[in-house]
Amino acid sequence: MIATLGLAALWLAAALAALQLVGGALALRAPGNPLAAVVRPVAMVQGMLVALSMICLVIVFCQTDLSVELVAKNSHSAKPLLYKFAGSWGNHEGSMLLWVTIMAMAGGVVALVERRLPEPTILATLAAQSFVSLGFYAFLLFASNPFSRANPVPAEGQGLNPLLQDPGLAFHPPTLYIGYVGLSVAFSFAVGALLTRQVSPVFARAMRPWVLGAWIFLTLGITFGSYWAYYELGWGGWWFWDPVENASLMPWLAATALLHSVSVLAARNALRAWTVMLGVVAFSMSMVGTFLVRSGILTSVHAFAVDPTRGQFILALLAINIGAALTIFALRAATVTEGERFAINSREAALVFNNVMLTGTLGIVLIGTLYPLLAETLGAQVSVGPPYFNPATAIFVLPMLVVMAVGPLLRWRRDSLGRIGRMLLVPLVLTAAAVVVLARQGINLLPLLGLALAAGLAVAALMPLLGRRLRTVKLPLWGMVLAHFGIAVALAGMAGDSAFTTEKLVAARVGEKVEIGPWSLKFEKVEPIAGPNWTALQGTLKASYAGAAPIKLEPQSRAFWSPPQQTNESALATRWNGQLYAVLGEQAEDGRWQLRLWWKPFVTLIWLGGMLVALGGLLALLGRVASDIRRLVAVDKIAYRRMRQGR
Amino acid sequence: MSQPIKAKHQRLVLVLVALVALIAAALLAAWALRSQASFFYLPAEMAANPPEVGRAVRLGGMVEAGSIKREADGVTIRFVITDGKARVPVRFRGIVPDLFKEASGAVAEGKRGSDGVFVADNLLAKHDEKYVPREMKDMTAGQARERVEVTK
Repeated sequence: MIATLGLAALWLAAALAALQLVGGALALRAPGNPLAAVVRPVAMVQGMLVALSMICLVIVFCQTDLSVELVAKNSHSAKPLLYKFAGSWGNHEGSMLLWVTIMAMAGGVVALVERRLPEPTILATLAAQSFVSLGFYAFLLFASNPFSRANPVPAEGQGLNPLLQDPGLAFHPPTLYIGYVGLSVAFSFAVGALLTRQVSPVFARAMRPWVLGAWIFLTLGITFGSYWAYYELGWGGWWFWDPVENASLMPWLAATALLHSVSVLAARNALRAWTVMLGVVAFSMSMVGTFLVRSGILTSVHAFAVDPTRGQFILALLAINIGAALTIFALRAATVTEGERFAINSREAALVFNNVMLTGTLGIVLIGTLYPLLAETLGAQVSVGPPYFNPATAIFVLPMLVVMAVGPLLRWRRDSLGRIGRMLLVPLVLTAAAVVVLARQGINLLPLLGLALAAGLAVAALMPLLGRRLRTVKLPLWGMVLAHFGIAVALAGMAGDSAFTTEKLVAARVGEKVEIGPWSLKFEKVEPIAGPNWTALQGTLKASYAGAAPIKLEPQSRAFWSPPQQTNESALATRWNGQLYAVLGEQAEDGRWQLRLWWKPFVTLIWLGGMLVALGGLLALLGRVASDIRRLVAVDKIAYRRMRQGR
Repeated sequence: MSQPIKAKHQRLVLVLVALVALIAAALLAAWALRSQASFFYLPAEMAANPPEVGRAVRLGGMVEAGSIKREADGVTIRFVITDGKARVPVRFRGIVPDLFKEASGAVAEGKRGSDGVFVADNLLAKHDEKYVPREMKDMTAGQARERVEVTK
C-alpha cells in the first residue's frame, strides 16, 4: 500500500517535471503565455510529491516490508532500526531516489523564494532544472524502480553489507548528495542566465547561496566520509585516492573555484563567462562522480550500491546534460560581454590564480581517475594511486595556498604588493623557520612544505581581521577567515600525519607489552562477544601515554551472519595531540595474535580543519542570506509606503 | 604591470592563462602517469615479461592451495600466486584481509624484489560474496577452469 503510494507520487512528480519543462519553454518563446504562471507552483508541488515518495520508501524500509524487492535484497528484520532507516539509501535505487528528491526540493525552494532575477531567467532556470530532473525520473521509473515488488515474497531479507552498518551511513550519503545536487541549482541558474542573456552581478548573488550551501555540504560529506573510511576500513589511512573519493573531490574542487569566481562576479562584475562555465563544470563533475560510483566501472573499496548495466543510463544522461549545456554555452558565450577590468596586483587577479590552480588540480584528478578506463580500452590494466596523485596535485595546490595567504589582503581592482609586504613578513618568517627546523629532522619534501606552509597560512589567514573592530566585522568576512584558517589546520594535519606517523605490526601473546611512540600498551585478553547481528572476538589493550593513567582499547574482529562477512573494527584513543589506532588481526598457530598499531600525531587536525572550513562556509551563507532578507524587507517597505501615498 | 590592461586584451590574457595552466596540467598528468601508473600482471605475464625491480605493479591470480606459510615473526606470510601457467612467490607483512585464503582469488599490490619474490604492501581479496577483483573477471576461459579445479 505504502509502496504503491510512493510509486504513484513518483510518477506524478515526473509528470509535473515534464509540465514544468514544457511550460517554462513555451513561456520563454512567447512572453505573456499563461503557462508562465504555472511553472513556479508546479516546481513546488513536484518537490513535495517526490519528498512524499522518499518518505514512503523510508517507511517501507523501517517496516521491513519484504514484498518490496529492494527491501528484500538490502534489509533484514533483525537489523537495528537506525540501519533499516539509513539502509533505504544505502543501495542503488534508494540512493537515486534520494538524489531526485533533493533535486526537486531544491527546485521547489528556488521557485518559492527567488524574486530578484527577471522572471524569464527564473522560468529558464526552472525549466533547466526540470530537464535535468526528468532524465533522473526516467532512470528511476524505467531502469531502477525502488518500489518494484518481489515475487514470491521471501521469508527474510538478505541484509545490508556490514561495512555499511555504522551510524555514518545515516549522515554521509545524504550530506554528499545534498552537495552534489545543490550544484544542479547552480547549473540551472547558469543555463537560465545564458538562455536569457542575464549574466550579471544580480545573477551571481542569486546563485551564490546555492553554491555556498552545496559547497558546505560537500565539505562536510568529504570530511565525514574520510573519517568514516579511516576508522571503518582499518588500514590507518584517511585518503586513498580511490575513484569514489575522487568522485567527491572533483565536484568540491569545481565548487570551490565557482564559489570564488561567483564572488568576483557579484562584487566586481568580472569573470562572467568563466563563472557560467564553472557552473556547468561543477554539476558535470557531480554527474561524473555519480556515474563512477554507481556504475562500478572502476574498482573501489567504498562503492556499495553498484550496478554496471545502469552505468550506461547515467552515462547517457551525463552526455545529454553536459552536451546541451555546452552547446548553449558555445552559442551564447559570445553574447556575454566582457566584465570589468583589473590589474595584476588585485584581489581579482589572486582569485583568477586560485581558479586556474583549482581547475588544474581538478584536471590532474580527473585524468588520473579516468586513465585506468582509457588504458583498458588500449588493452592494459592499470591502477593509479598516491605516487601519481600526491606530487601531481601538490604542484598546483602548493602555489595556490601561497596565493591564498596573500589574496584576501589585496584590494579589489588595483593594489600594490608593497602595501601588504610588511604584513606578510610574519607568516613568511614563520614559514622559513619551519622549513629550517623540519629539514633538520629529515622530513620528506612534501610533508615538510605542507607543515611549513600551514604555519605561515594559519597566521596569514587571520590577517584580514587586522586593524578592524572585531564587533563590526561582517559575517561573510568571518566566514572567509575561518575557512582559510581551516584549510591551514587541515593541511597541518595531513602533512603531520605523513611526517610523524609511526606504525607497528607485531604478533603478541596475551599479557605481553608493546611500545609504540610515547605509548606503552598491555595486551590484556581476547574474548568472544555478541552483538545484535554479529559475533566478534574482542581484544582488550590498556594503553598508557607517557606513564599516564591507561585507556582501554577494544579492537574487534566481527563476523556478521547476514550477509556472512568479516570486518575489523579498529579502536581509537584520541588525545589533543593525536590518535592511537589499533587493529586486531588473526591468531597464529602458536597462539600469538596479530596487532597492528599506529601512533598518528595531529591526525585529527585533518577533520577539525574540514569542520572549520564548513563552519566558515556556514557563517558566510548566514551573512549573505541575512543581508538578502534585509534588502527584501527594505524593498517591501518602500513599495508599501509608495502604495500608501497613492502612487 | 600595475596599469590595467587594455579592454580587448584582458579577456584574451585570461583565456590564455587558463589554457596554459590546463595544458600544463594535462602534460604533467601524462608524464606522471607514464612513470607512476601501476600495471596489472597475471603470473604468466610476470614470468614471461617481468617488470623492473622496484616498480609498483599489481599481481593477480589464485592463491595456490597449501602455499601459505607464516614466518617466525608471526606477521609475515609467504604464499604463491598462480594462474595455472606460472607461479610467483609472494611475501606480505601485515594483517591479511578477512577473506584472503588458499584456493581463492587475490590481488597483491607491491614490487618485484631482485630475488624474484614479489613483496606485497597490500592484499586485496574478495570483499564480500559478490566482489571479485575486477581484473579477475577478465581471466580467460582456461584460467577460469584452472580456478575451478584449484578450488575443488
